[in-house]
Parts: sequence; C-alpha cells; structure tokens
Amino acid sequence: MRRRFTVASAMVGAVALMTLAGCTTDPSVTDSSEAPESSEEASVEWFDQALFDKQNAERTVVPEGPDGQPWLQTINAELVDTAQFASTGPKKACFANASISNPWRQTGWITMNQQLKVLQDAGVISEMETRDAQDSDDTQIADIDYFIDEGNCDIFLISPNSTAAMTPAVERACDTGKPVVVFDRGVQTDCPVTFIHPIGGFAWGIDTAEFLIDNLEKGDKVVALRILPGVDVLEQRWAAAEKLFDEAGIEAVDYFTGADPAEIKKIISDELAKGDVKGIWMDAGDGAVAAIEAFEDAGADYPVMTGEDEMSFLRKWKETGLTGLAPVYSNFQWRTPLLAAQKIFAGEQVPVEWVLPQSPITAEEVDQYLALNEGMPDGHYAKFGGEDLPGYPQVWEDRVIP
Amino acid sequence: MTAATELRPSAGQRLAGLARTLISPRGAVFLLLVLLLVAIAVLNPSFAEPSQFIRFIQRVAPVAIVAIGQYFVIVGGEFDLSMGSVVTAQVVIAGNLIGQDESKALPVLALMLGFGAVIGLVNGLIVSFLKVPSFIVTLGMMLALLGAVLYWTGGAATGNPADGFREIGRGGIRGIPVIDILPWSVVILVVVLALAVWFARRPFGRTIIALGDNPTTARFSGTRSWWVKTSTFMISSLSATVAGVLLVGYAGVHPSVGRGYEFTAITAVVLGGVVLGGGRGWVVAAAAGAFALEALFTLLNFAGVPSTYRDAVQGAIIILAVAYSATTFRARRRGRALEAPVVPPPGAPPPAAAPETSPASGAKTDDSPETPATPAPIPSTQRADNETKGGS
Repeated sequence: MRRRFTVASAMVGAVALMTLAGCTTDPSVTDSSEAPESSEEASVEWFDQALFDKQNAERTVVPEGPDGQPWLQTINAELVDTAQFASTGPKKACFANASISNPWRQTGWITMNQQLKVLQDAGVISEMETRDAQDSDDTQIADIDYFIDEGNCDIFLISPNSTAAMTPAVERACDTGKPVVVFDRGVQTDCPVTFIHPIGGFAWGIDTAEFLIDNLEKGDKVVALRILPGVDVLEQRWAAAEKLFDEAGIEAVDYFTGADPAEIKKIISDELAKGDVKGIWMDAGDGAVAAIEAFEDAGADYPVMTGEDEMSFLRKWKETGLTGLAPVYSNFQWRTPLLAAQKIFAGEQVPVEWVLPQSPITAEEVDQYLALNEGMPDGHYAKFGGEDLPGYPQVWEDRVIP
Repeated sequence: MTAATELRPSAGQRLAGLARTLISPRGAVFLLLVLLLVAIAVLNPSFAEPSQFIRFIQRVAPVAIVAIGQYFVIVGGEFDLSMGSVVTAQVVIAGNLIGQDESKALPVLALMLGFGAVIGLVNGLIVSFLKVPSFIVTLGMMLALLGAVLYWTGGAATGNPADGFREIGRGGIRGIPVIDILPWSVVILVVVLALAVWFARRPFGRTIIALGDNPTTARFSGTRSWWVKTSTFMISSLSATVAGVLLVGYAGVHPSVGRGYEFTAITAVVLGGVVLGGGRGWVVAAAAGAFALEALFTLLNFAGVPSTYRDAVQGAIIILAVAYSATTFRARRRGRALEAPVVPPPGAPPPAAAPETSPASGAKTDDSPETPATPAPIPSTQRADNETKGGS
C-alpha cells in the first residue's frame, strides 16, 4: 500500500514538474534590451537578408493575373512547362495537411473544400483524399508515404508541417513521377512542380514594424506576442520586425503565448504594471482580443496595434477605435493548389514559385471588410477569397469543419 | 523545544517559535509567498499598490480554486489529472452554447455544473468500484475530454460568450476606495476558500483526511469509503468548473485555456505541504501554494530572466521548495515515531545547536521535539504516523 503511494507520488511529481516546466515556457521572454546577445543569436538564425530584400521588393510589385481573383495572381512568376502531366478525365488528388488546429487553417480548409466542389462538378478532380497530420511531423511523413504506396494518387497536394523534416518525404513523392504541389510552409527542395505561398513572413514583419514605427516615438515600448517558436513563416515575421524595431530605437520585448488568452492577459498585465506599453505586435491575430482587453481591464490607453485579418480583431479594432493595422497572410491561398492542379492536368504553364499577393488591411479598408463579412463568426478571416464559390456565405457562416 | 530544554526569556522563545512555524512545512509556503511578493514589490513598487495587488489575486483565483479542489482529492489519497481538461471543456461549452445570447447564461451554467459533477462522479465510481488507480482513471478522463474538445472545435478558438457571462471572471464591483475594483473572481475565491475550510472541519471533511491517512482504520470506523472518495472527485471537478467560468470571463474561449492546470494545481498543493498519498495537509496552505507559484512566475517576468534559462530557474525553485517541505516532513515523522532515542540517522547530530543558516537541517532537528506543541491546523484526530499505513 505504502509503496504504491510512494511510486505514484514519484510519478506524479515527475510528470508534474515536467509539464509545469513545459507549460510555463509560454510566458518566456526574450528580452531584447536586457539580453542582447541571446536575441541577436536568435534573430541571426532566422534572419535572411536576401529573402528579406526579395520580399521587401515584392511588396510593391503589382501582381499579374485576373483582376478580382487574387488567388490566381502571381508576383514575378517564372513559368515552368507542365505538358508532360497533361491528361484528360477526372483525377484523384491526395492532400497531406499539416493540421486544422488554428482558425486560419480552418477557414482555409473550408474554402478549399468549396473550391473542390467546383472542380468536381467541372470533372477535373474525381475526389480528394485528405490526411490531417494534427501538427505532427511523424504523422505527416507517414501520411505522405501512405499516399505514395497505397493512395492511388494522380497528384499530391502537401501543406508541410515543418520545413526540414518534411523535405525527404516530399522528395519521395516527387520520385513517383506524379505532380507535387506544396503550399503555405515551404520545403528545402525544388522538386515540386509549384510552391504556392503569399509573399511571406518578412513582408509581414516589414509591414507591421513600419506601421508601429511610424505611429510611435523612439524609445516607446512594444510588446510582441508570438504564438510559438520554430515555424519558419512565424519566425520570419518576428525576425524582420525585430530588426526594424532595433534600427528605429523601439524597445521591443517578445513573449511566446501559445495563443492562450489567459497567458496573453497575464503578460500584458505584468508589462503594464512595469510601465507604459505603447504598442502591441502580434505574429498572428489569434488572441488579439485578450490583449486589447488587458488594456481595458488595467484602465490603460489603447496601444497602437497590429493583429491579423481575423474577424475578432477587426471587430474589436472598430469597436475600440484604436490605431491598428491588420496584416494579412493571404488565406485565399487555400484555393490555389486545386486550381494549380487543374492547370497542370491541362498542360498549362504554372510558376515554379507561385507568389500570391499579400497586402494588409488598413484603417481605411476595415469598414469595407467588416461589411463584406458581417455575418461571419469571430474565427473567420476577412481575406478568405471565397465570395464567388458555391455555398457563400452560408458555409463560412456555419463554419462546420468538413 | 519547550521549556524543558531551554530556559530562555519567553519573548525570544516566542520569536523562535514563530520562526520555527515559518520554516516548518506548513508555514514554509507562507514564508515563500511573502518572500516572493516582497521581491516582486522591490523590483516593481507599483505591484504593491492595492489596485494592482487585487488584480494579481484576480488572476490567481482560478488556479487557487483548482488547487483547493485538488487538495481534497490528494488529501484523500488519490490524484485528479482530469482537472485541466475539465476547465478546457467547460470553457468551450460556455463559448459554444451561450454564444451572444445572454438569456442562455443561467441554463448553460447549470448544465456546466451538472457536467462537472458527472465527470467527478464517473471518476470516483471507477476508482472506488473498478479499483482502477485514480492516476490512470483521471489520465484517461483527461485524454477523453481533450479529444472531445478537439473533435468539437478542431483545436481552434471559437467566439467568446456574451459579455454578461464573462463579467463573472472579468468584472467586479467598481468604485471601491483604495482597491478601486473588487473583482468577482476575488469574491468567489474567498467564498470557495471559506467553504473549503468549513468543509474540512466538518466530520465529513475529517473523514476524507482519515481515509487518505489510513484506509483500513477508516473502513473499520464505518466510513463509506466509496462515497467519500467519489465526493472528493466531484468537489475537484466542480472546482474546475468554477475555475472554467472565471477563465472564460478573464481570458476568453480557446482550447488552450486550462492546459496544464492539473499539474500546476498538484504542484501548488505539494508546495503547500500537503503530502502526496493523503492524510496530511491544510487547504489554506494549498491555496497559498497556488499564489506562491503564480508569484514565482510573475517575479521571473519582472526580473526579466532571459527565456534561455527561465524554465531552469522555475524548475529548480519548485524542486527545492517541494524537496524542502518533503524532507522536513519526513524528519518530523521519524522524530515522532521514534520519540527521543535514535535521532542521528536523519541528519546532523542534533545536540550541535543546529546550524540555523541551513533551514533544512535546522528544521530537521528543531522540529521533531516541537511537533506536539504545534497542533497542526488540520483537525485530524489521528495524526500519528504514516508508518502504520498499510494492510492492503
């Protein structure tokens, strides 16, 4: 009896400590002002001057392609021939999805399914078999290998969970000779027929940091709320913003929140107790409302803030009248992979790197996007780009995950 | 160390007595809490302002309430690992079922309380009748609930419930002098704590402790152990439900709310000097443990500890605090069990006037003879020794 308790106690104790250590990583600080060495190293790791310059330039390029259909537009496209894949009849698509565990991915997933219906009706795609890796590299590698061995796929659509880990699996898919389309996060190989993504994280970081720098004074404090470390599209957002804040003399402190609103509120309350916080920078809009509420609860002035084009943030932004900007990581990109498949089977040229437009929603445009998406739930993304698809707006309003 | 061993003036003795209480396991958490709060206030004087401090209490309230619930389970000799996921499930239920319709707030609140009670009932019945260790039952419940939440939400945030419902966790009585606002969370925490203290003093509360201390004697004394055990699980699920209601208001709906709360609560309870395995501990100290933990996180926040070694600092402090409380408890128990004769084994030679600089060893030697003089705040009738525990 006693021994059982001792063993159980030891187990609980060990697990408790491990978990506690894990869950308390959320409010971790990389205080740029007080630990310059460590944050320098971190930013060096993700900062890529060439990519920064490329994306910075792409921000001002006028995209080519059909007007009003940004999901088909391209920036600086270098086209590749796909005649060898040309084929008639409905094809089976196999989609290895990283996850649908955040509102951005859920919105895109709904849009993608509506786009699929259009292409099924047009006789381009027979069916799409989807495997959800639930944020796990291992699961996604197994998913891709399953598709290769048993999926009977005509085309592979892959939204990688992480960059380096997924590269060999994507290469194996390429080796089958079937077309491979990668979108959202990238992989370290150019074997896919096309890699679809919006301009990217550095562009996001530049847009948001420039906005905050323009609206703040030198020496003002910005709290940066980041979801999680290690994902390239998110790290690049911060790497660009941190560099610009540094150069402009803005004091920026960054925290990892896991998008947990309770964590965000704690962080902001503590920061407000330490002193004035003039700006909030977010690497994704999930949790923006909690951040704003922390200012309300503390009775502090609203910060200058960058969130995302998630409806909850746009609504709170409008309601509070704060000085804000909604950067956009174009959600309509979820339509593009299926449309790319259509082009590939038709033997039409597609860009090797299909860079989609990505422009933030400014204070002048916010009313327009609020009106356009009036009945949409809080987790919906304003630039979801599905207005011309069947089921609009009901499918997105009901937000039933397919 | 009563008059028998020392003949010093009573003032100094009383001071020494107080110091001993503070370094004893039950007092240690309060000492730790005070030290942490003072450290925070030194680093950031505005923290000590009443209006700021009441906000700190508001923030800790959900964790403290979860710790109070976990206390009853642990003191009864079991664990509840499902608390965090109960919090998450309740948060998601509130967000999805209430929506923007304030008239649904009360029915859904009733549903949430019913749901919490049922979870506790299921946990308790499985532990009592199927004889599955609670560690496994509640671990399974945790996974089942998290899976259900994942299925329901897809793992992403849904909309927040109506502002009226969120007021419970977010708002308070405004316009009060000095503290500016008295958050409802603080009121609820005080009520829950008062109820818990009262309940622990009732015969039923004592039975829980007796059951945790020695199930065999508890059984022979006529305890319906299945019902006592089941009710502790129901208390913990209901307290998780209350915490969930507060968190929906404080933070909003997100599937990550409540994550890790079960372990935070267990750590808080252990930090409060409650013995894992049951039979010993004070509910107020468990709540103080929750405050100490949160104060520690806040302190590291204010101190600007770089992220690179912040977790290591947190982990080390928690291990030290828990180890300290465990060693003093063991020393005390041995000293009591063996009375005077063979004290040496546990540590330093006792007559050597215990080096007061080292609290651990000091407590070991000082504490043992002192035990009978400090009746534990626990109204346990049979405080004797865990050494006799066994029989099954």
